[in-house]
Amino acid sequence: MADVIKIATRDAYGKALVELGEKNPDILVLDADLAAATKTGGFKKAYPDRFFDTGIAESNMMGVAAGLATTGYTVFASSFAMFSAGRAFEQVRNTIAYPHLNVKIGATHAGISVGEDGASHQCCEDIALMRSIPGMVIINPADDIEAREAVFAAAEHEGPVYMRFGRLAVPRIFDENYKFEIGKAVTLKEGTDVTIIATGLMVNEAIEAAKVLEEEGISVELINMHTIKPLDKAAVVAAAKKTGCIVTAEEHNIIGGLGDAVCDAVCDVYPVPVVKVGVEDTFGKSGPAVDLLHIFGLDAKNIVEKAKTAISKKK
Amino acid sequence: MEKLSKIELAKVACNVRKGIIEGTFNAKSGHPGGSLSMTEIVTYLYFNEMNIDPTQPVKADRDRFVLSKGHAAPALYSVMAQRGYFPIEELKTLRKVDSRLQGHPSMHYLPGIDISSGSLGQGISAACGMALGGKLKGADFRVYTVLGDGEIEEGQVWEAAMYAAAKKLDNLVAFVDNNNLQIDGTVDEVNSPYPIPEKFAAFGWNVIEIDGHSFDEIESALNNARECKGKPTAIIATTIKGKGISFMENQVNWHGAAPNAEQYEIAMNELNAVLAGMEG
Repeated sequence: MADVIKIATRDAYGKALVELGEKNPDILVLDADLAAATKTGGFKKAYPDRFFDTGIAESNMMGVAAGLATTGYTVFASSFAMFSAGRAFEQVRNTIAYPHLNVKIGATHAGISVGEDGASHQCCEDIALMRSIPGMVIINPADDIEAREAVFAAAEHEGPVYMRFGRLAVPRIFDENYKFEIGKAVTLKEGTDVTIIATGLMVNEAIEAAKVLEEEGISVELINMHTIKPLDKAAVVAAAKKTGCIVTAEEHNIIGGLGDAVCDAVCDVYPVPVVKVGVEDTFGKSGPAVDLLHIFGLDAKNIVEKAKTAISKKK
Repeated sequence: MEKLSKIELAKVACNVRKGIIEGTFNAKSGHPGGSLSMTEIVTYLYFNEMNIDPTQPVKADRDRFVLSKGHAAPALYSVMAQRGYFPIEELKTLRKVDSRLQGHPSMHYLPGIDISSGSLGQGISAACGMALGGKLKGADFRVYTVLGDGEIEEGQVWEAAMYAAAKKLDNLVAFVDNNNLQIDGTVDEVNSPYPIPEKFAAFGWNVIEIDGHSFDEIESALNNARECKGKPTAIIATTIKGKGISFMENQVNWHGAAPNAEQYEIAMNELNAVLAGMEG
């Protein structure tokens, strides 16, 4: 069997920007002294006149991005998730989202898988923050193919978009023919006993979990929810009706992320048990990314357990 | 449009002040103090400086204005009404449900607002982005912003100040409306931003100090800014909070309070008397 290709979604982001920049002269890229890490450095090299480094000043970067957008450009503003959604939350809220400007936030180094840098840089709150802003689109791609598609779709979308990328190389799931649409869930596998809805790097863990569950005779419906907002509520409700219980899986705090979004979608329409896999409302810590994912329960094993819990709660 | 004479500008400014009082009185809230202090600045910008056309509020080559101190929206709305963006009568809808005149400027509601603002410290960054966008397009539009003196306590202002100078945004002019009062007291009592000119100069700006109520000095500063190449210009304008209304001048409690009916009458009478004097 051929080795699985592993590429970080931040790498795909960087490459997609270069590709996009070639096709569209109105694409600008901003960074806040992290171009080497966010991978916008490729765009900087290819199109130095359309790349602007604001230095270590994310709040100002978001405002500059907004101002540039008012002059007709599509602006990608990049930093770590912690500083994009966290530090600059209010700039994003008031100066980008309230006027609904064409700024695309490329937030890398999201979640626990930042690894050794530790809790100060492991942003597990960004989806919650961005979800609470009216009109914000949130995309959390699962692999490099989906990340590339997300970048192109974001450029086409009119208005603000928050894209969440990871530092860690993750297995490629999709192939070159993969079709991506903002707000449209992707059913990876059909089943009848339990629905697993995963996002970001947890999609691959969910695929592994589904294999284990199927071997045990449990039929799994598996959904890749790359767009957290607007959430594909119809897909969630349809899956709830089909399987009667849901497990959500995300590399994010269980407060305010995909799990909450799924609960919101079913609670007043078709309530079913929803069990969340995510960071259990705690800060991260230093360590190798892969080890940390297991330590924080962000793995296939925990999804399998939670799937069984969800099934046991069915009426 | 023909440039106005200084006496014509003074008349417009007086009418802008009437609009500020009209708006805040009808809204029963709002920020008259800091609106009245920057009245001459925005009057000059909208009548004698900026390349704008009220009938084409979003034309691509227009000069841009960002009210970084967004709470002074009553002054901006009033000068826009005087300039013909919308009927003066509409000022009475300030802050009311479904009004285009939101408590702080919103580009979503009112054409002619170049960006929504009001959360302090953020407007100047957006102004930098507009100025950068102009340079990138090879367009010759200019970008103007007005900051409060209390506002410059926000760290983001200095992120933007550093950036504007680093990118040589000589198409950007930032006024600081130095009325010396913020909500909790005088600016030096609360958290002194002084000396303001030296700070902007240290950040690499062309700095000019003026009397912010003198059209001659505003004009000469803006001409200087136009001539200055390679640097953004900061115009530090000494002003009087509440300027033009006797009982509001230099009174911090008029930062965010509206006149009642009696105060409205007094204020309007004072402004009408000034106007009558100019007519005579």
